[in-house]
Amino acid sequence: MTAVLTPATTRPAPPSALAIGLARTGLELRLFVRDPAQVVFSFAYPIVMLVIFASVFAGEDRPGGVPFAQYFLAGIAATGIMLTSFQAVGTALAEERERGDLARLQVIGTPPLGYFLGKAGQVLVTTVLQLAVLLTVAATVYDVSLPTGVGRWLTFAWVVLLGAVAGTVLGTAVASAGSSRAVGNGISAFAVVLQFFSGVFFVFSELPSWMQEVAAVFPLKWLVQGMRSVFLPDAAAAAEPAGSWEHGTTALVLAAWVVVGLVVCARTFRWRRTA
Amino acid sequence: MTAIQVAPVPVPVGQDPAVRVRGLVKRYGGRAVVDGVDLDVRRGEVFALLGPNGAGKTTTVEVLEGVRRRDGGEVTVLGEDPATAGRGWRDRIGVVAQSTGVGDALTVRETLDHFARYHGTARPTAELLAAVGLPEAAGTRVARLSGGQRRRLEVALGVQGRPELLFLDEPTTGMDPVARRRFWDLVRGLRAGGTTVVLTTHYLDEAAELADRVGVLADGRLVDVAPPGELGAQLRRVATVRWTEDGATREVRTPEPAAVLRDLLAAHPAGEVPGLTVTRPGLEDVYLSLVGATPEGETR
Ligand SMILES: Nc1ncnc2c1ncn2[C@@H]1O[C@H](COP(=O)(O)OP(=O)(O)OP(=O)(O)O)[C@@H](O)[C@H]1O
Ligand SMILES: [Mg+2]
Repeated sequence: MTAVLTPATTRPAPPSALAIGLARTGLELRLFVRDPAQVVFSFAYPIVMLVIFASVFAGEDRPGGVPFAQYFLAGIAATGIMLTSFQAVGTALAEERERGDLARLQVIGTPPLGYFLGKAGQVLVTTVLQLAVLLTVAATVYDVSLPTGVGRWLTFAWVVLLGAVAGTVLGTAVASAGSSRAVGNGISAFAVVLQFFSGVFFVFSELPSWMQEVAAVFPLKWLVQGMRSVFLPDAAAAAEPAGSWEHGTTALVLAAWVVVGLVVCARTFRWRRTA
Repeated sequence: MTAIQVAPVPVPVGQDPAVRVRGLVKRYGGRAVVDGVDLDVRRGEVFALLGPNGAGKTTTVEVLEGVRRRDGGEVTVLGEDPATAGRGWRDRIGVVAQSTGVGDALTVRETLDHFARYHGTARPTAELLAAVGLPEAAGTRVARLSGGQRRRLEVALGVQGRPELLFLDEPTTGMDPVARRRFWDLVRGLRAGGTTVVLTTHYLDEAAELADRVGVLADGRLVDVAPPGELGAQLRRVATVRWTEDGATREVRTPEPAAVLRDLLAAHPAGEVPGLTVTRPGLEDVYLSLVGATPEGETR
């Protein structure tokens, strides 16, 4: 028995990129939750870092008499943002391209912007959750005193937002560079080196100046510095390279990376590996 | 949802073909894998593209879908050049590709519900599940589907947006005979409703069953286009007369079997000619000759 199936006789315009971005944010979050390895890695990694730092250097203090856990909370939070944005997006996107998931999105008519908004939405939600868990553990288990002023939390908000957006854009940009294996390995290796240079593992002001200068080119250093300005007392600003928190420069560098990343994405984004 | 709801546009029902291709060329590393293909697919017909592995079927279809660049020739699909057409055009075509990901972690129903949100208009999930015979698997994660079930999900996704033109690249690969017949029903239903279908397949019975016309692609060239019953008209005129004589099988290939029979009967005044058969080439014989896979294919 054959049922007659008619094509649409009137056809409303396809949904906007924003509508698809919202639908995809929901989808990406659902996929994230259903990938236990991803969930554990995203949420546990920063906590494990915190536990290790706090245990190894228990009792030592850092510039301005800041307890160790408090000093390095900034670097751990910044690393967490990089992981859930840059690393997660770059790796996932390269895999989705290789599996042909993106080829389906292309034939179905997905606007690239809608796809990107889905990634960005997922990154923002997971980043916020991850930081919430990290700060809770830091405050309750390691007695890190979290900032109380509204101004600090505003700083926290814009640094997180700008950092996560930059990470998402740059992850998207590098995902076109090669096979998913190459991209995954490349990102992991780069991320580790960048953490050494950017003052995640060491006190930034104690690094050789050439390392500080190299780090200053990349976003992570500025993310960490922005986070220090949130979690450390005002007096600690004196130990910064410029003797201040440099909020303006931080915003500018991160925004510049967003722009650079967007240009690269617009020029190199591909749904399929070959055309 | 915050979709821009512009006034519905009436679907154009012109007399121009759904697909028009002239001199299509696609090269890889200097080798032309599609080499000067001319093709028209009429509105509302089911057109099947046959051809051996590597003949260029997928390449051709992907150029028509606008996902592969071409190196030469003119292509018009639903009135637009696929290389530059936008989202509105894309929403009017449906694609079941030879291999694309569907994602793994969602269930069948979740997958269909999700992708419904990409189209201007979408068939209801329940209708799609029934059409491809997946209602029982609706709650199953895609990762746990069998190969044939996954293929059926891909078919459902291809027709979800109520396309005017549907591309199916080896849609029934991996389907069991029941699923294949249900799929044939689906295509007949689409055709009855006026959907144009371009389909590639390695199953000649499928082409004979579904297609209004068949094109045979070999080495990047279209060697014949005709209704399945008329494909290889030259080849079909040749009949084979066989009989047994002195314990051995004799065989004559001829465009005029009646004359051969008359001679045979005259030579056997007693009546019976032992082991006598007259056969005409079927679609499979014609196809094999066209793609140059049989020694008897002397016409080419
Ligand atoms: N991206 C590519 N790079 C290089 N060569 C390619 C590429 N894609 C296809 N080819 C070549 O083009 C030719 C035609 O391939 P195509 O996939 O169109 O064949 P097909 O008719 O669909 O075959 P099948 O029946 O196996 O699906 C093949 O020789 C193939 O190796
Ligand atoms: Mg193919």
